[in-house]
Amino acid sequence: MSESSDPPLVLLHRLPSFNYFDENLSRDFRILNTDTLSEPLPIFLSRHAASIRAIVSVGGLSITSELISHLPSLQILVCTSVGVDHVDLAECKRRGIAVTNAGNAFSDDVADFAVGLLISVLRRIPAADRYVRSGNWENLGDFQLGSKVSGKRVGIVGLGSIGSFIAKRLEPFGCIISYNSRSQKQSSPYQYYSDILSLAANNDVLVLCCSLTDQTHHIVNREVMESLGKDGVIINVGRGKLIDEKEMVKCLIEGVIGGAGLDVFEDEPEVPEVLFGLDNVVLSPHAAMATPGSVNNVAEVALANLKAFFSNQPLISPVQLD
Amino acid sequence: MESIGVLMMCPMSSYLENELQKRFNLHRFWNSPEKSVFLENHRNSIRAVVGNASAGADAQLIDDLPKLEIVSSFSVGLDKIDLGKCKEKGIRVTNTPDVLTEDVADLAIGLILALLRRLCECDRYVRSGKWKQGDFQLTTKFSGKSVGIIGLGRIGTAIAKRAEAFSCPINYYSRTVKTDIAYKYYPTVVDLAKNSDILVVACPLTDKTKHIVNRQVMDALGAKGVLINIGRGPHVDEQELVKALTEGRLGGAALDVFEQEPHVPEELFALENVVLLPHVGSGTVETRNAMADLVVGNLEAHFTGKPLLTPVV
Repeated sequence: MSESSDPPLVLLHRLPSFNYFDENLSRDFRILNTDTLSEPLPIFLSRHAASIRAIVSVGGLSITSELISHLPSLQILVCTSVGVDHVDLAECKRRGIAVTNAGNAFSDDVADFAVGLLISVLRRIPAADRYVRSGNWENLGDFQLGSKVSGKRVGIVGLGSIGSFIAKRLEPFGCIISYNSRSQKQSSPYQYYSDILSLAANNDVLVLCCSLTDQTHHIVNREVMESLGKDGVIINVGRGKLIDEKEMVKCLIEGVIGGAGLDVFEDEPEVPEVLFGLDNVVLSPHAAMATPGSVNNVAEVALANLKAFFSNQPLISPVQLD
Repeated sequence: MESIGVLMMCPMSSYLENELQKRFNLHRFWNSPEKSVFLENHRNSIRAVVGNASAGADAQLIDDLPKLEIVSSFSVGLDKIDLGKCKEKGIRVTNTPDVLTEDVADLAIGLILALLRRLCECDRYVRSGKWKQGDFQLTTKFSGKSVGIIGLGRIGTAIAKRAEAFSCPINYYSRTVKTDIAYKYYPTVVDLAKNSDILVVACPLTDKTKHIVNRQVMDALGAKGVLINIGRGPHVDEQELVKALTEGRLGGAALDVFEQEPHVPEELFALENVVLLPHVGSGTVETRNAMADLVVGNLEAHFTGKPLLTPVV
């Protein structure tokens, strides 16, 4: 049996609960799974160092420079998330390791979810549902009024695939869309703001869907929230660390901002418990992409990237390492 | 105009109450313990009734108020008003169309997303601390699902336009085919339900549309289909709905309205494939104020001999 007829080898790096991709992957590849080791990881890696050219990262387990330092033959890292903030990108760039992400695999679902969060916060849907189920509608009378969604000014932070899908969905609501991004998109019909502070000052809602990098860490800070104002709402389907969470909690309690819809948090699954008592906040457990369709899509994208790599074809969804 | 008696049927908006109080002699019906005594005492001074989705002007009330000239409803729905009797007696009727169209359509989409993506359950999951024990389940995608709308009026059309942005094919049932639109028409509600993933009730409530969503329609919609009601509670056979949901014959329901508001069948409280809202379709500050302005504007127009703003009768 010659080397070339064996399925290519990949290193699978994931938490035990993220095993949805295992079967699919094993049909076309031989898998070394860091989850099933009988020896310390560095020793295991060193033993296989020569033969590992590809890592598949499922879920957010960190891909550190320490980890990849054991793998001199590593050439590609295939991730099943859109965000790659769990990867030492600088080190990948230095080593010439290509990185691929989920591409557009779950843009529809995340965009749907972001719009759902936006409507839910402004119209207080979960709070109203609680009001009915608790018997309060019968005992206490009408629920409080919410805030109109149609016509609101919505500022999108990060006009990538997800951001532009969100914008398209909000258009028939008569929402006025503007955005802040690393650079202006010449083909975009929406108003561009060169900094997030002006974006916040001129909008009723901020939707965060940019990648988490050193530059965007805590991009939503107290100043931005004060600029957004007491009726302003933040929707976060990006990463928790895009927002200074401690400050946001204070801003919500003090009424500096009007509400928030949050799918991500700084230290998941930890969520500041003081938020649990607020009716102007909608919380979700990092579920924006979680439909069977998206799970299938991302598996397809990851497989396509792997097959392209092993047959020297162009990658499907490479991440730009700048 | 301060001597003109206006009877407000139930609490609906303190802004509206204040505006009416400034201009008319406002009577709050819900403050009278003995309703029939109240009507006896004021039958000759009440010239206008202000009603809403809960209480309007039925035949009995119209008979009890011989000086009634106008019924101004704080709603777009007219099912609580005996329109035939008003026509017969020359009583004018106004409602609040257009100003609430967007809010109701926004809520319909919000209900679809909350139901399919389990937003209320997600929120409960986090608040209960369960997230620390494991991830939430996968939920159902909205984009691309077919949406079947019963009633393609102002609100139905606004819902369709929003759903189109989620790449949803739009189907509809209406009293007549609309020749100038690209949505797919179905001649019966059962056909519409059979061919749609999401069924939305957006037609007026009349004798003909009571229980328009019955057991047959729910069975056609099926275990993978969901029902969204932003119309009136009696559009849906509520008893059958509870059975269909608890027996798993219907995939889910998101309801803003019920047959006996504010009463909601308690069997629904334990279900995670339902979203239950306390009739908040037009419930935003902006819209309720606009509705109130229309009610006041219509009354002022009537009592100063000017054309009504939004007459129905």
